[in-house]
Formats: sequence, structure tokens, C-alpha cells
Amino acid sequence: MEPSKDQLLWMYAAMAKARHYEDTMARAYMEGKTPKFDIGAGLVPGEMHLAAGQEPCAAGVCVHLRAGDTVTATHRPHHVAIAKGVDLNRMTAEIYGRRDGLAGGRGGHMHLFDPAVNFACSGIIGESAGPATGAALAARLQGSDAVAVAYLGDGAANQGAFHEALNLASLWRLPVVFVIEDNAWGISVPKSRSTAVPDNSVRARGYDMPGVHVADNDTLAVFDAAGEAVARARRGEGPTLIEVQTYRYYGHFQGDPEVYRPKDEVARLKARDPIDRLRGHMLDNAGVTEAEADEALTRVRAEVDAAFEFARQSGEPAPEDALEHVFA
Amino acid sequence: MSRNRVLTGSRAMVEAIAQEMRVDPTVFVMGEDVGPYGGIFSSTTGLLDEFGEERVRDTPISETAFIGAGVGAAMAGMRPIVELMFVDFFGVCMDAIYNLAAKNTYFSGGNSKVPMVLMTATGGGYSDAGQHSQTLHATFAHLPGMKVVAPSNAYDAKGLMTSAIRDDAPVLYMFHKGLQGLAWMAAPEGASTEVPEDPYAIPFGEARVVREGGDVTIVAISMTVHHALAAAEALAKDGVDAEVIDLRSLVPLDREAVLASVRKTGRLVVADEDYRSFGLTAEIIASVAETDPGLLKSAPRRVACPDIPIPYSRPMERFALPDAEKIRAAVQQTLNRAVA
Repeated sequence: MEPSKDQLLWMYAAMAKARHYEDTMARAYMEGKTPKFDIGAGLVPGEMHLAAGQEPCAAGVCVHLRAGDTVTATHRPHHVAIAKGVDLNRMTAEIYGRRDGLAGGRGGHMHLFDPAVNFACSGIIGESAGPATGAALAARLQGSDAVAVAYLGDGAANQGAFHEALNLASLWRLPVVFVIEDNAWGISVPKSRSTAVPDNSVRARGYDMPGVHVADNDTLAVFDAAGEAVARARRGEGPTLIEVQTYRYYGHFQGDPEVYRPKDEVARLKARDPIDRLRGHMLDNAGVTEAEADEALTRVRAEVDAAFEFARQSGEPAPEDALEHVFA
Repeated sequence: MSRNRVLTGSRAMVEAIAQEMRVDPTVFVMGEDVGPYGGIFSSTTGLLDEFGEERVRDTPISETAFIGAGVGAAMAGMRPIVELMFVDFFGVCMDAIYNLAAKNTYFSGGNSKVPMVLMTATGGGYSDAGQHSQTLHATFAHLPGMKVVAPSNAYDAKGLMTSAIRDDAPVLYMFHKGLQGLAWMAAPEGASTEVPEDPYAIPFGEARVVREGGDVTIVAISMTVHHALAAAEALAKDGVDAEVIDLRSLVPLDREAVLASVRKTGRLVVADEDYRSFGLTAEIIASVAETDPGLLKSAPRRVACPDIPIPYSRPMERFALPDAEKIRAAVQQTLNRAVA
């Protein structure tokens, strides 16, 4: 499956937007937390898990989705939320803990919910799989051709929830795509020391569904694999498991001392940056001009900058607002 | 001759584990990021270097498997110390905890034992939101078959860990992140304490009077001990002499210590960072009420997290979590005074 020029530009824009978002967030997060890192200080509250490097997993899949399709993401959700079209202003305000956030500041960066585009995420490992399976079941019961995508980290493939959801989705032939973002690390533990198989896509065999492995963070290969999986799901032919070998440029969380990580790893990964590679491909092989690519870059950067400005301008919630919305 | 040094909560915990590992080859540690990382909240720092990979094992993110494995290893003669990184994560693995670890001794008529320590980080206060900030003391204390401890300072952290490892029952060791003395998270002043170098054990079920007073009893545990002490200092300036009790363990629970204090003061405030309803605060008040309701000169008060998920945003999280000011206000209410 070859992306059209429009699809290439869409993916490039989504990836550049996510990258600029994470790099901007990395700086904003450290405001007030230097020189001595204190997680409770500074402008942006809480933990911060950034996804720079993992953009192909988001853009290469979500380019095939519609607003009515469901996505459940992980504790590292920003790039996927951006590709799914989550309201960027309100998402950023949420991460800032502000009144205009998606949840008025109740959820924060690991708990982003935008029902307008059927996006949700969870801070618990593996807990994207069940809800995506359920969204797919709902689509089936409602007679819709909507699909659901569950994002998981490679570490989540060792959780019971992942295996149980794969079995259920396959048993009921539900329109769901499981996307494992293999960034090689579960916090400090390398995949080779946590996972009995080097490639999690082989686990699909145990649940009688197709399993696809995408090597080297290749956006075009993600596009191809996800295009087939989403189409298959829409045709009512059941679930697919895709594992994407991806990169994590930042630590597990901001402030992570990363004592476990080889010192040259990030530089090595950045030399194969997926956004640069996609841009090169668009210009060399797809008739995209420098001007078109730059226009997309300028546009998404402005959108991100505006979202951060929106968040900064938004007020703090009132303390007693905490009592609202426990029940529907 | 045992020397005392000031240690953080995390260093005290680690020292207890290391000392037991040196003398008891059946003790080993497993959990997520307990190896080279040394525990996300520094609960295993340095153990890998001393004891190696066989006895300090990084696990996959598979809590059902490795906590279940802890139960099996314990029943097979080992003394595993298993870390559940955040207590909030019990949701994926509770069966291994409450249906296996907590019940196997009873179901075997006492013929099997499960000498496992499950250590887990609790507490909020740094905007980690509702899946990473809970305390959940009562969730575990409610279920029979597990001992449940929650130290408030480094001295207790070491002594309670030593007892937990030596105990033949499963012990849930609930340490508050904000008491670990982490470089990246502020801790109250009293969390780091003098700690003897030599091994020592603190028996479970022995509360400690951390501040004597005659006007009101404040019962607290873990982080709320520090809030209670700060409240007591503020109250002293108002001429109120508060007694502060650190329960140190929920199971067994030192009800006698509470009763003895309430007999003296006649007034009771209970503070816990856990949710308000169906929790430790209610249990303490019920213990007094069913023993002798006449002991109380005024209605008891509790200070706890309201029954809401812990919010992310700072103003709302501060609203939800107990602090010294909320305890002080509750004490004033027991004294039937208007709150300033």
C-alpha cells in the first residue's frame, strides 16, 4: 500500500506537530524544576512521558482512521492524541492542570479523554487493550463499520490484559488493531530481559490473527501494515497485531536519570530520525516540494505554539471543583 | 557497638533488606526496575551490586505472574520480597494478593505458610493523578490474611521491614513516596531519622505516641503523622495540647494505644491519606465507640481524602489530600471552637 501525496503530507505534518509538541513540552516541563529536579515544582505538574521518536506509530496508523474510529493510547499518549485529532488547546491546558483542559485539570497528561474524536488513554500498562476491544464490539453491535486501535508499549505485551484482549477480539472477530510501540525499554528494563520472544508480532499466532512486524521505525511500512489491518477490520475480518520497532529519544519520564541506557543510544537513533527520512522520501519520490513541506512545518508549529499559549492563559481550577464529575 | 546515622526512608528500607539477605539465603527481591535502576522510589538501591541478578531480579511488567510466583516461592521455602511499583497497580494482580497470598495459610489449616513481603509505594502530593497517587491502606487491611504496615519515618522503615521479612505471614509493606527522601521529591523534615546500623525489628501492632498531650488525640499513619505533628505545633500556639499517635501498622491494629490516649483526652481526630469512607479513620472511631462511647466528650472527626479519584491539578489535589491545616481545623471542631 503506497500513500498518496496528500497522505504523505498529512503524516509528515502530524509527526512534525507531535515532535514540536514534545520538544516544547520538555522545555515547559523543566521550567521551575532546575537546577535541582523536583517533581512537585514548576509550571507543569506531575510526571511527564514524552514520545519524541515514536511518531511513525501515531501518524502511520491514524492516517487510516476517521473521527468515528476509536483509539486507546498509553501513558505516553501525546503523539497519538495529536494524530487522532484531539483538541490540542484543551489537551495542553489539561496537561497544565488548567480549568480549560479536557477534564478541567482532573486527569492530566496520562488521562486524556476527547470523546469528540473517540480518544482515551490510561496510565496503567496494558489497559488500552480491553477498552479498544469493547469499542470494536460496540461498533459491531451498532452496525457501524468503525474500527478501534489499541496502542501498547512493548512492556505491555507481558500483561495478562493484552493476551486476554487478543483472544477475545479474535474469538469474536472484532474490528480492532493492536499496535505495539516497541521502544526497546520498559522504564529501565530492556526488552531482551523482559520478553521471551524478540518480536511480539509472533504472539498473534497464538490467537489466530495476523501478526506484522515493522522494523526500523519506518513510517511507510507502518502505513502499509496499518492500512491493511484497518481495511481488514472494516471488512469485518477481525483483528490484527502490529509491532513497530520505534525509538524513544527522551527518558521514560522527564527527570529519568537513565543510568541504564547506553550513552550513545539516542545519538544513534537520531541519526535515523523518522521525520527526516519521511521528508526525504516525499521530496525525492513523491513530488512534494520543499515549499509544501515547509508550509506544513510552519503551520503545525504555529498550532502547537498557540496551544501552549492557550494553556498558559487558562486559569487554575477552583479547589472545590475536585468534587465534581465523580458520577455522570 | 551499633552506630546511629541519619538515613532517608529509602536507605533505611534497603539496609534492612540487605542485612536480612546477608544472613538468610532464602531472601530475594523481585519486581519492576529493582535491578540497575534500584527501584523507581529507591527501595532497592545497591542491592543488585551486592547480591547479583539471581537474588535481585528485574521482572517483566507482569504483576499477576511475578506476585503469584512470589506466593509460590514463599510456599516452597523462600522469603521473597516482591515490589508492586505503585499500589495503584494492584488492579491488575489483586487475585494473587488477596485470593492466594492472603488465604493459602488458612485454606491449608495452617500447614502452609506464605512468608512474602509485598512492598509498594503509596501516596500523592505531586500531581501524578488518580492512577498513581492513591494510598489504599484500607483496601488491603480490609481483607483478612495479610499484615499491613506503613512506616512514617526511617527508623520505623528499617525495623518494620526487618519484621516483615522475618514474619511467616504475607506482609504488605506500604511506603509513602513522599517519605522516601528522594532527591527529586520533597519530604517532610521528620521523615529522615537516626537509624542504628545493627539490625533490629519493630513488632507489628505497636503504635507509638510521637507527641504527648492531654487535650485531644490525633491518630495518624504514614504521611499524616507529619501533618499531625505540624498541626500539633500550630495548636500548641493556640493553647491546645495534642497527643499524636503513629499507628505504624494497620494489621494488626493497636486499638489499645488509641483507647488509652482517648481515655486521657476525651477527644479524637483520625487522619489518613486514604479515601474517607469505609477506611482506617472509620475503623479507629468505631473501635472507640464500640468499646466505650462514653470516652468521647465531643464528636470525633476524620481527615481523609474525600471520596473522589485523586485529581491531577495542584489546587484540586491540595483540596483533596489531608494536610496540617485540615487536621488543625478538625481538632478545633472537637473542641467546639470556631475555626479561624
